Amino acid sequence: MQKINEMRMTLDSKSVNESFARSTVAAFMAQLDPTLDEISDVKMAVSEAVTNCIVHAYPQSVGKIYICVTILENRRVKISIRDKGCGIVDVKQAMEPLFTTLGGERAGLGFAVMESFTDKITVHSKPEKGTTVTMYKTVNGRAGI
Amino acid sequence: MPVKIISTKQRVTAFLEGEIDHHTAAALRLEIDEAIGRNKPKTLKLDFADVTFMDSSGIGLVMGRFRTIQPLGGKLIVSNLSPQVYRIMQLAGLEKIAKISKREDVNNAENK
Ligand SMILES: Nc1ncnc2c1ncn2[C@@H]1O[C@H](COP(=O)(O)OP(=O)(O)O)[C@@H](O)[C@H]1O
Ligand SMILES: [Mg+2]
Repeated sequence: MQKINEMRMTLDSKSVNESFARSTVAAFMAQLDPTLDEISDVKMAVSEAVTNCIVHAYPQSVGKIYICVTILENRRVKISIRDKGCGIVDVKQAMEPLFTTLGGERAGLGFAVMESFTDKITVHSKPEKGTTVTMYKTVNGRAGI
Repeated sequence: MPVKIISTKQRVTAFLEGEIDHHTAAALRLEIDEAIGRNKPKTLKLDFADVTFMDSSGIGLVMGRFRTIQPLGGKLIVSNLSPQVYRIMQLAGLEKIAKISKREDVNNAENK
């Protein structure tokens, strides 16, 4: 599918960057004139993926988070969020609602949120190598096409 | 992230503000739990009127507060949710553990 516009950024895995990451992705998406619900869906999904890089991928250290947002034909947006952290041994299990390896106050709902608030999500992960989460969402926009 | 808390022996109400994520949730938890510990209220009310964003870290915060007041026999009320925050709370099934409600103006807009 043809690329119309693309943005890349690299961030340190610091929790203060969670809000920066989701706001920046939302700002880039503004050219599609999204609805409030569409903005919120994307912000939540990005926030979940970025938080996972910070708390799970690099638990004891600060690593890099690579974010790429591509606007494709037909108002389709592709968001990929990648880390070079610890990776996930069993992706299917990790994506089950309520599953968490951290306990405490992690709800285990990050992947459930990403799945329900975007159109499609794929997760590629290799232990010790890192994880890439790719999400797609069609942004119909306020014109309501 | 600021939180205003009004406490009596009967009820602790926390007025949350701004964006709730993993970065901001920890400080909120400390402040709310401190008020619960001091008052041991029958009801904990979390007011979301000024919350502009929340992700699943906020779900963890709400569920965690439920687990804190439940052993004390307390009840949880979550009010004034934006439509977007309401959706994520529904996804998490929070209506099973708390009385959750949307903002008034939102209800009116939907009924028009
Ligand atoms: N980027 C990542 N790197 C390593 N592990 C991850 C990553 N993202 C998710 N995980 C694993 O998947 C589990 C489920 O993630 P999620 O649904 O977001 O719930 P939570 O973050 O509340 O644990 C995490 O507990 C963790 O074990
Ligand atoms: Mg998560």
